[in-house]
Order: sequence, then C-alpha cells, then structure tokens
Amino acid sequence: MKRLLLLVFVAWLAGPTASHAQSAVKALADLALEDGDTRDAAVTVLGSTRDPKWLEFLTALRDGNVYARKDGGTTEIVVAGAKSTKGDQDVVEITTAYDRTPLGTVPLASLTEVAADRRLRITIKPFLEADETREQLASPDPEMRYGAAVKLGHQADAAAATVVEAAIAKETNARVRHALHEALALIRLAHGEPAVRVLAARTLGGLHSFEAMPALQKLASDAAASAAERDAATAAIRRVERWGLMIRTLETVFHGASLASILLLMSVGLAIVFGLMGVINMAHGELMALGAYSTFVVQNIVRARWPDWFDAYFVVALPVSFVVAAAVGVVLERGVIRRLYGRPLETLLLTWGASLIVQQGLRLWFGAANVDVSSPRWLSGGFTLMTGLTLPFNRLFVIGLAGVSVAGMYWLLFRTNRGLTIRAVTQNRAMSACLGVRAGAVDAVTFGLGAGLAGLAGAALTQIGNVGPSLGQNYIVDSFMVVVTGGVGKLAGTILAAAGIGGLNKGIEPALGAVFAKVAILIAVILFLQRRPAGLFAPRGRHAEA
Amino acid sequence: MPKRETGALVAIAFVLVVVLPLLNALPPSSPFHVSNFTLNLFGKFLTYAILALGLDLLWGYAGVLSLGHGVFFGLGAYAMGMHLMLEIGTQSVYQSALPDFMVWNQVKTLPLFWWPFHSALVTLIAIVAIPALVAAAFGFLAFRSRIRGVYFSIITQALALSAWLVFNRNEMNLGGTNGLADFKTIFGFRLNQASTQRGLYVATALALAGAYLLCRWITRTRAGKVLVAIRDSETRVLFSGYAPANYKLFVFVVSAALAGVAGALYAPQVGIITPAKIGVLPSIEMVVWVAAGGRGTLVGAVVGAFGVNWIQSWLTTSYPDLWLLFLGALFMGVVLFFPDGVVGAVARLWARARAVGRRAPVERALEQAAR
Repeated sequence: MKRLLLLVFVAWLAGPTASHAQSAVKALADLALEDGDTRDAAVTVLGSTRDPKWLEFLTALRDGNVYARKDGGTTEIVVAGAKSTKGDQDVVEITTAYDRTPLGTVPLASLTEVAADRRLRITIKPFLEADETREQLASPDPEMRYGAAVKLGHQADAAAATVVEAAIAKETNARVRHALHEALALIRLAHGEPAVRVLAARTLGGLHSFEAMPALQKLASDAAASAAERDAATAAIRRVERWGLMIRTLETVFHGASLASILLLMSVGLAIVFGLMGVINMAHGELMALGAYSTFVVQNIVRARWPDWFDAYFVVALPVSFVVAAAVGVVLERGVIRRLYGRPLETLLLTWGASLIVQQGLRLWFGAANVDVSSPRWLSGGFTLMTGLTLPFNRLFVIGLAGVSVAGMYWLLFRTNRGLTIRAVTQNRAMSACLGVRAGAVDAVTFGLGAGLAGLAGAALTQIGNVGPSLGQNYIVDSFMVVVTGGVGKLAGTILAAAGIGGLNKGIEPALGAVFAKVAILIAVILFLQRRPAGLFAPRGRHAEA
Repeated sequence: MPKRETGALVAIAFVLVVVLPLLNALPPSSPFHVSNFTLNLFGKFLTYAILALGLDLLWGYAGVLSLGHGVFFGLGAYAMGMHLMLEIGTQSVYQSALPDFMVWNQVKTLPLFWWPFHSALVTLIAIVAIPALVAAAFGFLAFRSRIRGVYFSIITQALALSAWLVFNRNEMNLGGTNGLADFKTIFGFRLNQASTQRGLYVATALALAGAYLLCRWITRTRAGKVLVAIRDSETRVLFSGYAPANYKLFVFVVSAALAGVAGALYAPQVGIITPAKIGVLPSIEMVVWVAAGGRGTLVGAVVGAFGVNWIQSWLTTSYPDLWLLFLGALFMGVVLFFPDGVVGAVARLWARARAVGRRAPVERALEQAAR
C-alpha cells in the first residue's frame, strides 16, 4: 500500500515538474548570485516544483553541500559528495544538481560554496517540511496520519489537494478520514472558485470543524468575496458554534458525572459509618491516601518483579488498597473509636488527630512530594463519542467503579444477613443488642467496610489526580457536605446528594470559577438545610433525641 | 469562685500585664531582662488565648463545636491589616498610595471596600463588628434550622475552607496568598520600635483580662446556666420553654467577636496576616488548644492556648517533622485520656490529694487504736 501511494505521488508530481523545468534551470543559476531576494525567489521556484529531486537538492543546499563551479563563462551549480585528500590538495566528488550524475573529482579550491545563510534556510524549511507531511500521510501509524492531515489543513496549500484526495480514498480510520476531509475543505476554501468555496464552507459546517473557524470568519467578513460565499461561511460558523455549545454542555454533564462519582465513592463509606455510629470519620481522607499509596507500592513491585505484566498491576492494586485501608480502619475502630461511643464531637477530634498522624507518617515515609503512579495502558486514552468530544477511559472507569461499589453496598445491606444486622443497629442499637445482635462486631465490620471503600476511592483517584500525602484533604470537605446533605443512614440520600453537589459544582464552575463555585455550593447546602435540617432522607418517626 | 483562686488569677494577670513589660523595659544587660522576642512571642500567645476563651465559651459551655473560628480570627486580622496597609501610605516599595500588592496586580484605584479603613475609629469598630455580623448571619441560618452537633461542625469547617479559598484569590484585592504584610506604623507609632511592641503587648494582655472577665460574667448569669443546660441536653431545654437557638447564636457571635479582637491584635504584633491563618487546619488547631487546656473552664482555654503554642514554637524550630505527629497525638491523647484537659487533670489530682490529706488523721487514729 505504501508503494502504491508513492506511485500515485510520483505520478502527480510529474505534471508540474515538466512545466516548471524551464524556470527551474534559471532559478538554479540565480542561486549563485549575491542578491538575497533573487536567491529567495530561486529557492521558492525550486521548492514549488515539489519534485523530490529538487527537494533533495534543497536539503543539500541547507546542509552547505552546494557549490558553484566556474567553467569558462558559465557558472554551474553542483552538489558535493565525499571529500578526500590527494597529495597536498583537498578534492571532492561532485554531481549535477538535479539528476546527481557524477561529474568526477575536482579540487575543492576550484569551487565556491553557495552558502545558505539564515534567511535562505528559513525559506527552504517549509518546502522540506511539506514534503515530510506528505510522507507522514502514508505512515502506518494513524496518529501520525492524523497529525499530518491537521497540518495540511493549516497550511491550506493548493498543491496538496490532490494528495489529500488520494489519501481520503484509501483511509480506513474514521478519525483520520474526518481530519482529511476537513483539510481538503480548508484547502478548497482558501484557493477554490467562489462556487467551490461555498461548497467547502458548507462541508466545513457539516464537519463541525473547529479548526476552520478562523478561516470561515475571515471569509464571512471578506469584502472581496461574493454574497453567496459570505452567507455560506456565516451559516457554517453558526453550525459549528451550535455544535460547540452542544459539546460543551455534554462535556459539563460528563465532568459533573465524573465529579459526582468521585464524591460518591468517597462518601458512601463515610455515610454508612456516620449512619451507624454517628461518627464523622475525619480520617476518611487519609484512608483514601493510604489506598492511593498502596496502589503506588503495588505498581512499583509489579514493575520491578514482573515488568511484562505491568498493565495488570491496577487489577491487583484495587483489592490490595481496599484491604490495607480496611485493616487500618478496623484497628482504629477497635483501638480507640469504640471507647468514645455516643460522643460524636470527641470522635471527630480523635479521628482528626489520627488523620494528622497518618498524613505526617506518609509524608515521612514516602516524602512530601507527589509520587508517580502511571496509568495502565487500558486506562489511558479515551473513547471518541463524537467530533470534539472524547471521554477519557480513566474517568469512565471511576464512574463505573462508583456504580459497582454502590451496587455492592446495596446488595450487602439489603440482601444479606450481615446487612440486616447493620440496618438494625443503625435504627436502634439497644434493641438490636437485646435481640442478640453483637453490636460491637457490627461496628467493626461496618467501619472496616467504610474504610475499605475509602481505600478503593483512593486507588481510583490515582488514575485521575496527583498522589501526595495531602491527597485526602482536597476532597474530604466536599464529601462531608455530601453526607450532611444526604442525611443519615440512607444510601439513596448519599447518591442523590453526590449527584446534586457534583453536578451543581461543575455546572456553575464555567460561570463562577472553581473557587466561587465551591463557595456557592456551601451557601446552597446551608440554604438547603434550612428546609430539610436532617438531610434529604431524614429518618421518619415520632422520636426525639433525649 | 474561692478567694484563693481569684487571688492566683489576679497575681497571674499582674505578672502578665505589669511585670513582664517592665522587665522588657530593663536594659538588655540586666539579668532579669525579657527580650523583645520573648515578649513578642508572649503577645502572640495572648492573642491566641483571647480566641481560645471565646471558643471555650462556645464549645465548653454551650457544647457547640466550631471548626471555623480561623475565619473570624482572620476577619479581625484582615480588618486591622487593611488599616495598617493604608497607614503605610507612600512609604511603600513602589511609593504609591496603594498597597504594594495592588501595584503588582495592576489595580489602579483603591477598591471601594478599602475606603472606610482609612479611619482608625471605623477600623476599631470593624474588627468587632465584621466577625460578629458574619457569625450572626451564618449562625442565624444554622441554628434556626437546628443544625447541631456534628452537622454544625462540618458546616463551619466548610466555611473555613471556603473562606480560605476566597482569601487566596488575587481578585479579592486582599493580597492573595501573600496576605497583608510590611506594616510600618500603627496609629502613628512605628511598629519596629520596642516601645510600640511593648504597648501592643500590654494592650493584648489587658484585652485578655477583659475577655476573661466578660466570659466569666456571661457564664455566671442566668444565660450562662442555660448554655450549660443546652450543652447537656438541648431538647430538654427546648421543651422547658427556652429557645436554645437564640442562646447559641448569642454565644457564637460573642465568640466570633473575641476571635476578631484576637486577630486584630495578632496582625500588628506578628507583622503579617495570610490566608494560611484562616484555613481548615489552623481552625481545628484552635479547638485543640481548648481541649488540651480543659474545656468548660475558662482558665483551661488560656492555659491550653499558651501551652500548645509554646510547644509548637519549640517543636517547629527544633524538630519540624514531629510537630504534626505531636499535634495528632495530642488530639487523640486529650480526647481519650484527659477529656477535661490539663486543668481538669490537675484539679482532679488536687482533689484526690486533699481527700488523702483529710483521710490521713482518721487513718492515723485508727492505726493508734490498733496498737
């Protein structure tokens, strides 16, 4: 296929070369002159031929291998090859400029260098690059082809139209095809007849081409263009803009969903512990950090021991971070929190103290700087939903993980005996204990579960943000807000609150900026609590706190 | 309060207000000289103690745990800082009437909300009024809808985070991350003179004494009794026909105003106020001062603010890595083992010792009888 493409390429090149042949010869001679403008023009003539042989000559010129040989009255431009020493003379093999026919070996002293100064090199550069772009169009790597197509569109060089057409015919990758169509339309927009330009503008509108906006805007306000052209350009601009608005809306929705899923992952664990024990676990963020660092450690071990299986490390890291965080959580609960049952404010301070210790411990052990967790290959990149909208795999993964975790929690709470006891203790601890539920064991298991979910959230966060000792602090206040808004002990409340806060945050962020969006969220939560002081789903009943 | 305790407090106040500044005024060669650095450090601790008193009144008496008092402290400090910035006038680096950071940020005219701070009187009112008003608005909404306990703590923590984020923004025209600094004079006195600093110290010590008396008075009124009742069982207080929300709001506002005063005294003595004093961590650190000293006793708050900060200034210079570990351990240790703090622990030891002393003659008599 590559060869076929090359063939097409050469066939296309043959035409212009013949017509340019005469001027090329003259341009060659001009190169030997002193005047900068003349030399520039000469290079432009040679480069515009697009003849590979001339381009090769320009490469030699750029590299300082071109000489002028005075032969009687005429000056001949030659290309120098290998240099050697013969006796006390430096000699050099020379060839003709175009065909590279050997002209024998001559003393270096008999030649004058045709120096390529800075200005000339700058003139040469785009021709050589354009040539490279064409080669890239034939590359087997779709990314390379895509890049070349975008570049051709930017250059909008009339001569490239045929190449692009040929490439479109052969292209199989949808994304590259799209870029090629865009490039072709851009070229036509820049150089075509008025009727062609109208068509090109329409095509660009249909392609939702953001790249074409500057060119379209220029055409729309171009006084020299016909009314039809201007109308077509304006219509295309409107179409692209409308598309852009839709993309931005979808993007906001997606970002909102992504933030909501992160908040949900973090607050589910927090919420069940809060519901069960009335304990706000301030160390929840640090349990997340522990999960993230577990992922980091697993990654390093896998990279060192089984480098071939590196991409699989994350599959191992997820359960490991769950277990590590859950273990720390159970130790914390059995060790200290248990002693403070029924004193939520004290527990809040206690867990805050624990969080400081864990945070500083991580800092001393792993260093204060962020550590590097690389994404496995199957999580990098994204899924292109439509032009201009790519959904990154890592965010999709987090959304999926949040969904799975919540589904798992539902199953555990409402379909298992353990869940039944958890719900019973949440509703009435004393009565459950009387009926033979071991409330202490339920506390430990639930706390461990909540902590494990925090670890899982931490592992997921490694794929999205930075991993540092203060990782937990960045999200923790937000997830408290989710718990407070959601209400005690109701999973549905937590889900709704996470979706609401995440969505609202991303929804107003474009208008207010990240900081004031957060402030607005706080105000919104306080106002919301005016109407529903106990959160979205308050426990119903005729019960009053003593 | 027993006479002996009052006597001890008066003695301590005398040392803090009169003796220390006098020792500082001695020539440096004298063996009793208290260095400017030490006096300044004490001045800083005293401002913290003022704040701790307010926080103790709120948490120790009314049982309302605020994790956002850094905000009120910051509001007072920024109000004072703004006045001091304007007092610099054209002595600044850029010799502009605007504060230096505005020149950097290419602000051409002084923002409107800076204007009132030209006046010293307005500033003095503002350092009490602004924190009090913010607390009143926030507290009104929170207490009216019966946000209590952990919920209230979380909401105030979110307030601290939001305020920290906002004060960090350059477009607020409050100096961004760098805050307000490089003050030159206060009400015309040069800040780099030892006598000015001594004056500020005495003012702080007097303010602390005043705050102490105010808090003591509040706790001894009928309202103070209701506060303790609210702490112990809010619902019963409600059912008894009181409106706990009003009492809580009152204490919250008083405590915020005290924090504002503390901040206003802090800014000129330390010479800088940045958003780092406002955020979540500094706010919760203030709580541990009260917890460590002993909540529910006003002396405890003062002792805690002094003790914890003394340890902090020693640890952060000698073993900077250990400070956060220590702070964490302090949180856990106090909550687990000394729920009523140092003062409570000392009081318990004292009571036990007295009990032993009282029992002693009886035991002695028994021993004699046995012989």
